[in-house]
Amino acid sequence: MAVQNLQSVPAELSPEELEAAAQRDADGQANFDRVMAEDSRIEPRDWMPADYRKSLLRQISQHAHSEIIGMQPEANWISRAPSLKRKAILMAKVQDEAGHGLYLYSAAETLGQSRDEMMDALIAGKARYSSIFNYPARTWADMGAIGWLVDGAAICNQVPLCRASYGPYGRAMVRVCKEESFHQRQGFEILLELANGTAEQKQMAQDAVNRWYAPALMMFGPPDDDSPNSRESMAWNIKRFSNDELRSRFVGMMVEQVRVLGLTLPDSEIRFNEDTKKWEHGPLDWNEFKEVLAGRGPCNAQRLERRREAHDDGAWVRESAAAYAAKQVNKQKEYAA
Amino acid sequence: MSTPGANTEATETHGHGDISTGVAAPTGSGDSNASATRITPGNALRPEDIALEVRSGLAKPTEDVAEYALRLGDDALILAQRLGHWISRAPELEEDVALGNIGLDQLGHARSFLTYAGGALGENGGAKTEDELAYFRREHEFRSAHLFEQPNSDFAVTIARQFVVSYYQFELYRRLAESKDATLAAIAAKAVKEVDYHRDHSAQWVLRLAGGTDESRKRMIHGLKLVWPYVGELFEDDALVTRLAESGAAVAPSSIREDFDRLTGEILAEAELEVPDMPAAPGGGRQGKHSEHLGYILAEMQVLAREYPGASW
Repeated sequence: MAVQNLQSVPAELSPEELEAAAQRDADGQANFDRVMAEDSRIEPRDWMPADYRKSLLRQISQHAHSEIIGMQPEANWISRAPSLKRKAILMAKVQDEAGHGLYLYSAAETLGQSRDEMMDALIAGKARYSSIFNYPARTWADMGAIGWLVDGAAICNQVPLCRASYGPYGRAMVRVCKEESFHQRQGFEILLELANGTAEQKQMAQDAVNRWYAPALMMFGPPDDDSPNSRESMAWNIKRFSNDELRSRFVGMMVEQVRVLGLTLPDSEIRFNEDTKKWEHGPLDWNEFKEVLAGRGPCNAQRLERRREAHDDGAWVRESAAAYAAKQVNKQKEYAA
Repeated sequence: MSTPGANTEATETHGHGDISTGVAAPTGSGDSNASATRITPGNALRPEDIALEVRSGLAKPTEDVAEYALRLGDDALILAQRLGHWISRAPELEEDVALGNIGLDQLGHARSFLTYAGGALGENGGAKTEDELAYFRREHEFRSAHLFEQPNSDFAVTIARQFVVSYYQFELYRRLAESKDATLAAIAAKAVKEVDYHRDHSAQWVLRLAGGTDESRKRMIHGLKLVWPYVGELFEDDALVTRLAESGAAVAPSSIREDFDRLTGEILAEAELEVPDMPAAPGGGRQGKHSEHLGYILAEMQVLAREYPGASW
């Protein structure tokens, strides 16, 4: 691996070696700057600035954690899905999310951290995941609202990430986005069926949309003037559009689709601003956002405990698999000897 | 994976299929070249296709065949319900995916069998849908065998249950693919390819857990002991299956016991495990006499559908 920056170079290097390392860093930076200017891609073996690596690792691992924790609210309804077809679709969807977690952990691993380390950070409460999954999935209609609004917002965020400057992340996002668009459609279809069902079913759908609307809008992150990481991320061609820009686009899409559903969005201030050509929405409760982010949401403790429990309960299985694999390797060595 | 050379050394007719252990050679019954991810359009039999055939009268099971399909459908449905619980709780993400996939396969088989069974179970010669059968029958009307109802418990117990189920279902579906009832044959022909992978998955885990650590070995032995009392019920003949087997529509469960014992015995031998010497439980699932577990499974599975009878989802 290339020397990342001079701080990481051990002190015992000779002056010549130090100079060579400095030269490698300078060459690497020049290459990196060129790649950014050309809007091309950085690959795992390329030199990259330490902050770029750190920022990406944070973003990709948080994304992976979100997929894994995000399995829980929907897994909550697998056993009670009201038809066998819906049960099959939901199982496939939650399984997809485990798959997304796997690609994303793999993409993050190319930056130098193991999946085990990332998982440990998650379980220790040191890593973040999308706050949206700290809200409870109370009714079956939540399966529709999560698919339509939460996956819908995720797609708005993630489609531009398919062009992210870091190759493994961009490529993982292409596949993730294809599956997410299925997820959104199945969510929409659940709501459509409910909205055209009995009065009680329609009410269930409206109630779910009411509860998930604002948290979904907040998935795009704080307003642009309060988003410290955004500027750097945009300069590095990771993020392509600002939080507010993406949020506005999302509102525009939802406003059309909710009419087809025959439901309403719980926001009387949605309007298209003819001057800015952007969709605007009512105020969001950023205090609630910060509270949930700080761990004081409805399900934070529950979600983390479930992950910890699965991890701890599975420890003996992982140890067994590792021990067995090591024994097989030894056997092969003996056989070859 | 099995080496290609192993194929030519095969002396038995039906082995373990595409299994990584090298215990026995792959053979023609499970398609060992099949891909788990390749999409084969036009080749897949969907429950919706069967429902259409049932509604239009193209496929109409006899009462006996319907009762038989109900048994196979309920086995798969209850197991899918059990396996679905692992999604988000498995020891590794890869197993969230694997157990989820096996559960999905089972659910698909259940939907097909139940849809077909429904063709002879409606009022006045009409049909019942898969959902009417899954959500609106009572406990004593289910026909699942006790093994499928057993709790997941720890991963070793789940694997032990899956090991028995997948070897049983493989031998069953392999033969049922030759059924004189065209719909049963078609469902089984699709299912056997999927169950072949389930065998590979469970056999590999039996070997791994038995040969891994002292703890995993202890748990694997315990898991096999827990599920073994329910093995016998799977292979019991009764008047219904005897009639159907004579007419060539069904497989007499007793006829597959020998292959099941031989193939599971080979894996257990490689894992240096004994075939558990456990007294058999009497079963009774085929007559609607279930384990204590089924009521809870159904309560959870049916709660929402029953809260809104007649609703469409």
